[in-house]
Amino acid sequence: MATKLTQSNGAGWAFALPGFGLMVVFIILPFFFAFALSFTNQRLISPNPTAYVGAANYRQLLGVGTITLDPLRDDAGAVQRAADGSPAYPRLREFTRANPDYPQLDGMREWFSFGRGESRTFVLARDVVFMKAIVNTVIFVLVVAPLQGALALGLALLINQRLRGINLFRAIYFMPVVVSIVVVSLLWRFIYSADGGLLNNMLGGLSFGLFTPVDWLGTPSTALGSIIAMSIWQAVGFHMVIWLSGLQTISPTLYEAASIEGATKWQTFRYVTWPGLRNTAVLVLIVITMQAFALFAQIDVMTKGGPLDSTQTIVFQAVDRGYGKQDISGGSAISVILFCIVLTISLIQRYLTRERT
Amino acid sequence: MATINPDNHGLRLILRYTVLTLIAVIFVFPLVFMVMSSLKPDQQLLADTSSLRAFLPVGDISLNNYVAAFDRAPVGLFVMNSVIVTGVTVVLSLLVCSLAAFSFVFLNWRGRGVILSVILATLIVPFETIAIPLLLIASKLPWIGAEGVTIGWLNSYRVQIVPFIADGLTIFLFVQYFKDLPGELIEAARVEGASWPQIYRRIVMPLAGPVIATAAILKFLVMYNQYLWPLMVVQQESYRPVMVGLQYFFQLNRAWGEIMAYLSLITVPVLAFYLFLQRAFIASIASTGVKG
Repeated sequence: MATKLTQSNGAGWAFALPGFGLMVVFIILPFFFAFALSFTNQRLISPNPTAYVGAANYRQLLGVGTITLDPLRDDAGAVQRAADGSPAYPRLREFTRANPDYPQLDGMREWFSFGRGESRTFVLARDVVFMKAIVNTVIFVLVVAPLQGALALGLALLINQRLRGINLFRAIYFMPVVVSIVVVSLLWRFIYSADGGLLNNMLGGLSFGLFTPVDWLGTPSTALGSIIAMSIWQAVGFHMVIWLSGLQTISPTLYEAASIEGATKWQTFRYVTWPGLRNTAVLVLIVITMQAFALFAQIDVMTKGGPLDSTQTIVFQAVDRGYGKQDISGGSAISVILFCIVLTISLIQRYLTRERT
Repeated sequence: MATINPDNHGLRLILRYTVLTLIAVIFVFPLVFMVMSSLKPDQQLLADTSSLRAFLPVGDISLNNYVAAFDRAPVGLFVMNSVIVTGVTVVLSLLVCSLAAFSFVFLNWRGRGVILSVILATLIVPFETIAIPLLLIASKLPWIGAEGVTIGWLNSYRVQIVPFIADGLTIFLFVQYFKDLPGELIEAARVEGASWPQIYRRIVMPLAGPVIATAAILKFLVMYNQYLWPLMVVQQESYRPVMVGLQYFFQLNRAWGEIMAYLSLITVPVLAFYLFLQRAFIASIASTGVKG
């Protein structure tokens, strides 16, 4: 409506300024601050002036190195073995503590190792906990994005039938979405609890006592999986509704045509429904991915990153540093790393799902 | 195509409802368990988890856990804090964001295209990536109040409210809605000499009911469920909202009955509100989906 009647610079700015001004101060400024602060040694409260430290925060967070070691041998040349029979290797400390031959490994700790023949390659990281946090977050996203997206689509297809009372089911499936993730996490902490927990007791009852109780959140191998299952339970209804609104944009005449042609249910889905959901699919995938990378409340309430760092995540680390340790610059560097990962993945997803013309 | 035989049809219908019901059970059982447990003493609560009694209001039922929860923590204060923060933010957000969207859609001014693009670009920035620098900014912002000029916003209502008034999604929702309003209406009003504030107040906002409901519901959910931000910026009890207040119940004495009472207390009103306005809630989530 670019007519003379609506040409009005003063009023235009006056109406937009409160909103835009607030967004500048509380979203745009902190966004750029994150980049700037990550190159300093800024703390929340500090007597010393802030100084530029270059990429030191990033080197500290992301520094990794490898070293391949041969097993120790005795005088006769036989491999020395530890009490359990595995080959013994020189202590890593000899290489990572002020060893002039290995300056690049200084201050690093073992992350993981793998053997090849008799020698063993050790992967070291300057910040092992942060590396684990990145891996855990990526696992969380890689499991949750496809699984939650697919389950949500399944529910949407189920709810999209013409049945009496279907709205009631839709309302129930959506219910956990309006419950705070903090409440959900605390509730499930009790459900997952090792003794007297609802899940163990239910599984025990269903298997007539054959099931041995599991400390779901206290065992490194099950903790992240338990949090994944709960997170999907809470959020799947949200994406069901987005799929549902996509389903309802598909013209009924297409379904009529498919039915006249004698298409099977699968063919109808494959050639009518799915192509019509293309844009919705991109949106659902991007939204789930962004939400999944932000994983924090579940961890803070349920495990605090444990056991053995098996549920550390990127945002939990950012808060632990930026707020817990008042290390604003370290927390900012983690925030920047997170943003770069999220942006890259969104761009890749957009590229992979682009319209092919 | 197979002919529809009534028996077969009835069977399929039963099958469908069975599947739908089983899935519904998965979604409701933790919530039913929460509410039922809040009514039971700890001993019975734990014993009941081994049978279906966990989901039934049986045995020694009372509101004792609720009374105990209020004794343990200033629950009423936390609820009031959340209500204040949520209520004020929702109202200011609707006002500020609708004004901005009004300007982007109906007024023609230099720079509006660029600024709208900047605002929409913020949609790809998760709050978690700006929380840490925002904490530093909030700790250094000045404020003019009864005690004169003070520095630092930590431990206040304003630190929980002001940063969340304007956001890209709310502005976007209003822009989308305003675009579909008939432009002739506004032009006609201009010809008749109406001022922009009059047009905003008398013509556009009275037509904006649906989008106001959508934006209010989304903002309400975000604000009432805030956790990460108040965890960092509010240490004093007097400003603490409900989600952060949970910590009280998690100190040494882990009384599950009281925890369940607190969880029910802060959740059931929201669930009731949701079930009452179910269509509006679901429509508001669906409308965030049109941005693809």
